[in-house]
This record gives sequence, structure tokens and C-alpha cells, in this order.
Amino acid sequence: MAVITIREALNQALREELQRDERVFLMGEEVAAYQGAYKVTKGLLEEFGPKRVIDTPITELGFAGLGVGAAMVGLRPIVEFMTWNFSILATDQIINSAAKMLYMSGGQYNIPMVFRGPGGSAFQVSSQHSQALESWYAYFPGIKVVMPSTPADAKGLLKSAIRDDDPVIFIEQERMYGNKGEVPDDKDFTIPLGVADVKREGTDATIVARSLMVPLALKAADELEKLGVSCEVIDPRTIRPLDIGAIIKSVKKTNRVVITEESHPFCGVAGEIAAQINERAFDYLDAPVKRLSGEDVPMPYAKNLENLAIPNVEQIVAAVKEVAYV
Amino acid sequence: MSRQTSNSTGSEGSSQSAAALIEARHTNEPPSAEAVQARKTEQKARIKGLDRETLVDLYYQMLLVRRFEEKSAESYSMGKIGGFCHLYIGQEAVAIGAISAIRKDDYVLTSYREHAHAIAKGMSPDSVMAELYGKATGCSKGKGGSMHMFDKTVNFLGGHAIVGGQIPLATGVAFASKYQGTDQVTLCFFGEAAVNQGAFHESLNMAQLWKLPCIYICENNQYGMGTSLERAMSLQDISLKSRGYELAGAFVDGMDVLAVREATLRAVERARKESLPTLLEVRTYRFMGHSMSDPGNYRTRAEIERYQERDPLKMFAATLRETDTMSDEEFNELEKRVNDEVAHAVKFADESPEPDPKELYTDIYANPITPGGERE
Repeated sequence: MAVITIREALNQALREELQRDERVFLMGEEVAAYQGAYKVTKGLLEEFGPKRVIDTPITELGFAGLGVGAAMVGLRPIVEFMTWNFSILATDQIINSAAKMLYMSGGQYNIPMVFRGPGGSAFQVSSQHSQALESWYAYFPGIKVVMPSTPADAKGLLKSAIRDDDPVIFIEQERMYGNKGEVPDDKDFTIPLGVADVKREGTDATIVARSLMVPLALKAADELEKLGVSCEVIDPRTIRPLDIGAIIKSVKKTNRVVITEESHPFCGVAGEIAAQINERAFDYLDAPVKRLSGEDVPMPYAKNLENLAIPNVEQIVAAVKEVAYV
Repeated sequence: MSRQTSNSTGSEGSSQSAAALIEARHTNEPPSAEAVQARKTEQKARIKGLDRETLVDLYYQMLLVRRFEEKSAESYSMGKIGGFCHLYIGQEAVAIGAISAIRKDDYVLTSYREHAHAIAKGMSPDSVMAELYGKATGCSKGKGGSMHMFDKTVNFLGGHAIVGGQIPLATGVAFASKYQGTDQVTLCFFGEAAVNQGAFHESLNMAQLWKLPCIYICENNQYGMGTSLERAMSLQDISLKSRGYELAGAFVDGMDVLAVREATLRAVERARKESLPTLLEVRTYRFMGHSMSDPGNYRTRAEIERYQERDPLKMFAATLRETDTMSDEEFNELEKRVNDEVAHAVKFADESPEPDPKELYTDIYANPITPGGERE
């Protein structure tokens, strides 16, 4: 087992899958010669050449659609959005082409591709560069949405996403690229999509967290342990299809749940999970489901304001205390 | 006004001055009597060097598509076809002429006005009509409808309803052929109104930059729904826009099936041999409305009637008669054959079952995942 960063884990996943399957290719802005805006694609141009690692013009709608077309006839594209904010330009091709092609063709044309890049907040990059779009994309049947929070998850899930025969939205987190963790050495190490991970076992309260919130939830759990509240932290890892079974199993055990996310609360993933918990585990709840989302504001630039906009460890602790009535 | 018949042979956008090209080409004036005659003469000249079988087949396909669309209009009015129905009547020469220039293993993508392209590419009228009727035997199992026809066995890749959405897709298909090292080419059809979409510009830039074997065929029928070209576009000379991307372009008379075929053959050669894209502006006209629900108050009856003098079917039939390529008997035979085919398609569609309700939930994912995997 090596200890590597999320950035390195993603790089390894890309390298291994490019080696494994000739049909896989990578394109996006600055992915090749620049070595990747966030260095996730470092070294790939040198190893695989310009046919398979392609620098695109700044033309998101165009190259997203080009990827979908290529996927229709046998290739397996990995399309990088430098950040998920820029994917908004490409949504017509992601949603109207990629997500719907298999269904509207009566099962003839599947789209085996991955759209990947960092989403959510970074450090003071302001409102247009800080958006978490997973609930947008998870809304649509026909695509899958994945959000890793550790190096092992990042590598295993990205490999699975690339091998998956459907369009996968793979959302990384810029703040987390340097986070370290253990990753198995096996070249065929994959993690199946649609399976949640219990990051920490506990008995008194469930915290559902994804992406940026996972390390914060784990810290909060440590704090709460000292107060005698044992928290179970669940990372869904895949947003669509959601492993609601894992969450329900935990809620049935703890009877209390906090769902935390950096994204906006309205029409968000936490709201969806809360609705499903209500439907499936109402009788097991000893307190209402608590959502702790990012503030319902565009992301401001000022450092202090930005910090106020994203949930922190103290707030997670307070939220758990609220549902635990301590 | 002189119609500068470089129109018909295609100027390839090079030696003539831009101003002269614009003067000559873009006008919403219906063709003059002289122009109509000139086009007829040109078509007769084109016949030379083409074998009879090819010519008869072109006419047959155009007639089949014409009768199919007329029948679709009927079925739509009877409530057998729902939603939107965009008919191709008047534009037959474009789809049939262009698709006659490619191989079975080449790819075609188009917009929602696609019945003709589907049939020209080799889909059976039965499966197209059944799809229009929303039946399980339709090419898309009834899940696509008029706007989303697909057939992998003949490389017909749809059927796309967002204006211009097919343009980046086609660019990607061409990219894949090049990547895979085949000499397949891709035809991408779209209307002139789609040229205003960003997707068009993004695609042509990439196609020329990366030298992709994609042929962009702009079917300029001069109206984007109710909006005439002059109300929507600052530079109306669409083939000239190819210069903005250093990409080969040509203007083609879209009412002449042989002109379309010729221009497409040249573009196909460029794509296959040099892996370079082409933009063809094919001037045509639709005789029916944008769709079956179009009230049509944006153009005059007189204008439509003037253009109907250039009906591609009538013109080609006249050419075939006047050059003794086909006899009256053969025309009658073809008419009967086509009517039988269309009647068969309607019967097939009528008698086919609706999709099984279970189909609501199929074909959403190629790899459907049970969340939780093997957890109990």
C-alpha cells in the first residue's frame, strides 16, 4: 500500500486506464502540454502522445459534444472540465445528448465516457468558480454522478467510471487534491459505483458527508466522541445511483442523522437523502433529519465571508448535538 | 439578375471576391423564370456520365420520401402520429443527393427533420413509420419518435432535436474515425438557422484545426421556423463563413439532386483522402410549414408557388423524361411501387403493438447498477 495524494491517485487511475484500453483518450483545456491546470494529468502527454492526450481550445460545448459523438462509435473519452463551473457551457451536450442517447435510440447507442474535474469551493476564487453542481447533474436519469473523498476512493472510482459503459460525472475537489491516504498497489484495484463507504463506525448518530465534508465530519466525530456521542460517518461516494440502503442501515442503528454538504441547501442532495430517509426509515428516527449545507449565497471573494459560507467542524458538532438532544 | 452559375458548380470559396459572391447568392427572391430554365439546363448537362441505374435509383428514393412524407402528414392529421412532425417536402434532393455520395459504413447525423435522411441511409419505411406511430417495432422502440430515429445497422446516428446539437456530435464521430484509422466520413446535416448556434462555430474550428473528416451540410431552406434568413443572420452567405475557419466551403443548388451529389462527392473525396472538413451551403426550400402545427403566416402563398416551379422531383422527372432515361411506363411503375411501400409501412405501423410498459424503465443505462452491490 502506498500513501499518495488524491492528485497522484487520479493520475495513476488515468495512466492505468489509458494503458489498459486503446479506446480511452483524454481531452480538455491544458491537460497535455501544461501538464494539467491542477497537475492531475501530469506526464500523460509524454507517455501516451498527442493522439490520446489532447489539448482543446476553450470550447466546452463543442468538445463535450465531440466526446459524446466519439463515444457513440466506439471510443471511450475522458473529458476534463478545468472546473465544473465551466461545464455549464456544455450542459446541452451532457444532458440532451449524453444522458438521453441510449434511451431515445431505443437502446442502440450507449455513451461510455467520463466527464471529470474539480467542483465546489476552492480558496477565494469567487462566485463563478466555486459552484457545486452535483445535484443538477444527479437530477437526470441516464447519467451517473460520483464524488470521491480519499485517494483510494478517487483511484478506485475513477477506474470504474472509465470502465463503465454510461456517461459518468466525476466530481473531484480542488481543496482536496493534496490530501493523502493509502491506496492499494494492485493495477486492477477498482471500487464499484453505487456503493457507499462507512468511513467511521458509530452508534449514536449518523453523519452523511461527501467530498469536502468528509474530513470535516471525521474531525467532528472525534470531537463528539469526547462528549460521549459516537458518530457513524457515511460517504455515499456515488450520488447517482445513491446507495440509500447503506444510509438507512445506519439510521436504523443510530436513529439520528445529520447530512452535511458544501453545496446550497435548496433542491440539493441532502434534501433528496432526507426525503428518502423519511420515506424508508421514518419510524426509526428519534429526531428530524438535519441538513447542514453551505449558505444559500453566491460564493463571496473575501476570506472571512467565504469561510462563513461553508460548513465547518464546529457547525457539524453543533448539528449532531442538536439531533442527539445534548 | 445573373445568378452567377458558379452557384451550381460550387465556388469552393476561393477566387471570386466575397462581395460578388454575396450579391449573387443570397436573396429571398424566388427564382426567376430564367433561373428556373438555367437550372434545368445544368441538370441535363450533369446527367452525362451517370449510369441509368444510379439515376433511376435517385428518382425512386426522392419519390419514396415524398410520398412517405405526404402520408405522414395524413397520419398526423388523423392523430396517429403525435408530438411534432417536421416534413421534408421540397428538400428531397439534399438528403438523397448527398447520401448517395457516401458508403454504407459512413455515418450520417441530422436534425429533427430527418425522415428522408433515415430512409436514404437505408432504414426501412416500415420501421420509420412504426416509430412515428410510437410502436414497439419502431427503429427506436417507440421511445424516440419523429425527432429521434436511430439505426446502428445502417450507421444512421439520429435524429437530434436541439438545433445544432448534432454538429459537435458529428465532429466527434469524424474524430473517432480518424482516431481509429479508418477512412470513414461523416455527413452532418443542419438547417441555416443552426449556423447561428455557438456549437456550429466551435465544431468547425475544431474540425479544421484537427483535420477531421466531417462534411457539414447546411440545408438552407431560408426559414428557421417563422424567421427568414435575413431576419436572423448578419452575414447571410453561409458558405463564405467557412473562410472564418480556413475551411473549404461551397454553395450548392439544393433543388438539383445531381448538383448535391456532385458537391458531396467532392467533399467526401477531400474527407477520405486528406481528412479535411467541408462546409456545403445547400440552398433549398420547404413547401410545407416548419412542422404540422405551423400556421405559415410568415411567407406568401405566391412565394411557395414560385419555388414549387423548382420542385426537385418535378425537375428531375422532366430531365429524366427529356433525356429518354426513363419512360412513362417506368414512371408509373415506380409510382406504384412507392405507393405500395408506403401503404405497407402504414399497415405495419397500424398493426404493430405499443411498447410494453416495462420499456419505460429500460435503456436508461447500459450498465444498470443496483446500489449497495451485494449488500442484503
